[in-house]
Amino acid sequence: MLYTQSAFEITLVLVVVAAACALPGVFLVLRRMALVSDAIGHVLLFGIVLAYFATRDADSPWLLVGAAAAGMLTVVLVELLQRTQLVKADAAVGLAFPALFAAGVLLASVYLRNTHLDIDAVLLGQPELATEPRWWIDGVPVKPLWVMAAVLTLNAALLLLFYKELKLTTFDPGLAAALGFRPGLVHYGLMVTVSVTAVAAFDAVGPVLVVGFFVVPAAAALLLTERLAVVLGVAVLVGAAGAAAGTHLAIRFDTNIAGMVATVLGLIFAGVFVASPGRGLLAQAARRWRQARAFHETMLAVHLFQHENTPAEPDEARTDGLYRHLRWPAGQIAAVVCRAERHGLVRRDGDWLRLTDAGRARARTILVERGA
Amino acid sequence: MTGTSNNTRGTDSGSGLSPSLSLTLSPSPAPCPTSGAIEIHDLTVAYGEKPVLWDVDLTVPAGVLMAVVGPNGAGKTTLIKAMLGLVRPISGEVLVLGKPYSPRSLTVAYVPQRGTVDWDFPTTVLDVVIMGTYGRLGWFRRPGVKERAEAAAALGRVGMEDFAGRQIGQLSGGQQQRVFLARALAQDASVYLMDEPFQGVDAVTERAIVDVLRDLRARGRTVLVVHHDLQTVPEYFDWATLLNVRKIATGRTAEVFTAENLRAAYGDRAVIPAAVTS
Repeated sequence: MLYTQSAFEITLVLVVVAAACALPGVFLVLRRMALVSDAIGHVLLFGIVLAYFATRDADSPWLLVGAAAAGMLTVVLVELLQRTQLVKADAAVGLAFPALFAAGVLLASVYLRNTHLDIDAVLLGQPELATEPRWWIDGVPVKPLWVMAAVLTLNAALLLLFYKELKLTTFDPGLAAALGFRPGLVHYGLMVTVSVTAVAAFDAVGPVLVVGFFVVPAAAALLLTERLAVVLGVAVLVGAAGAAAGTHLAIRFDTNIAGMVATVLGLIFAGVFVASPGRGLLAQAARRWRQARAFHETMLAVHLFQHENTPAEPDEARTDGLYRHLRWPAGQIAAVVCRAERHGLVRRDGDWLRLTDAGRARARTILVERGA
Repeated sequence: MTGTSNNTRGTDSGSGLSPSLSLTLSPSPAPCPTSGAIEIHDLTVAYGEKPVLWDVDLTVPAGVLMAVVGPNGAGKTTLIKAMLGLVRPISGEVLVLGKPYSPRSLTVAYVPQRGTVDWDFPTTVLDVVIMGTYGRLGWFRRPGVKERAEAAAALGRVGMEDFAGRQIGQLSGGQQQRVFLARALAQDASVYLMDEPFQGVDAVTERAIVDVLRDLRARGRTVLVVHHDLQTVPEYFDWATLLNVRKIATGRTAEVFTAENLRAAYGDRAVIPAAVTS
């Protein structure tokens, strides 16, 4: 495929879809409801088919309404199941959505054989066709780009309007209720937003990429930053970057766009997961290593402190005695003693190690903290 | 324990069809504070068929520091949640400052247990404390300079002003608890309900919290604290309620903390604090 006007437009559609999904996606991930977006994404077909039965028009915007309603039906079903306390929260999601999803697939394959509701397209999404108008309002074609731009604007506006409420009900629903806010109302508002966004995005990118756009940028952003407002911005950027790069690569290598974008998003997440400065695997390993080193020095100080001015001191505080008492390899002891000396915790006195005032203070803080 | 239970029921059924009516009509010989900050009448809460609170009557006088004590599963947290309307009682009512409680009245500040929230949430210490002012702001309005100043002042009262910009995940348990306390202070309510603020905190935090509680009482606020450590109740609290599904006793700590009452609440193996004489 060549770089054409339509390639640019496809990229634009996917970038807008990514941004529109990333905003509610952050709250889904923070509320541990990431899988709900998966459920909603799959159940849309059920709503589309039912709406098609009612309208007999595969291009009617009512199909969108039906799909959004199916999304809400999933949310309500999941909650009803949870409320019985007979199944756990994640199991409730897993119970509700295959049933509705299967119903949608069966209804479509049995009754809609001769229509142009293409199940494969519905299941996998066809970003390649994202420039084609899919919906007609009063005979006027509406391009997916405009639909998605409207959804993105709506999501951004709702976020600005209810930022405080979303933050409070997500962080501490109990306090929110006690302060007179309505966590349940905010929850359903968020779910409606997710459903509407999923419906609009679904048509362009398919259910798998919808879930990817909801979850992956949010999860990556949460590993990168520690302020909610920044998390939202970073999530939008990650999603948009993944969408643009993925589309570009897919066109370059002439492969499936949805698959390539999902792959690129996965790679971005993997990169963040490993290399995020504050919370990535590498940063964590480095922190643990530093802590382990500092901890060994502190242990040495505590050991010397415990035996200071006791009859056992001559034995316990000898550099060659440390090997027997601490049971550390000789090389490690030498390294720990060197570092502790460099950090001013101990000083050598012939064969003895003696605590400095700083070393004594370090030992005391540990012993006092533990003792209190 | 069964004996006490029968006694209570006996008096209840003996006082007529409507206990609350008889309560208001009959002149009570005991010095019963009439203007309680919190008045609970015949509160029963059950999860399914299991009663968690069984016909509890309780008055918390204004301006006291009251501990709610009882064994695990005694219904202490549920009592607080029922006061806030977070659980729906099967019977009874809760009056706060003489009126049925509504969250919109903003008269009650709530300090939930620390473990009820996700401390990895991407936000700062000051931001969490500002949440205490959200109730006053209502829907849509954003916190501004005034709210930030109030939150900073509240952080100062718990000795956490240096942590304002920290990510909340970096705090120790005791610091988290003080942030929660600061958030309640930022609400500036007349009644404070706290669910185990001393749970798992270090000695420094425990002293800081006690100071704040006494300061609140000195300012005429009413403070109700779910507390686990029987040993410190007489030292920290001037009033106490012993709870074990039913109300065992309530009143001044010296009168409530008798060996007999503690055994009624905790069973015969109760560890009676040294300060209590049997």
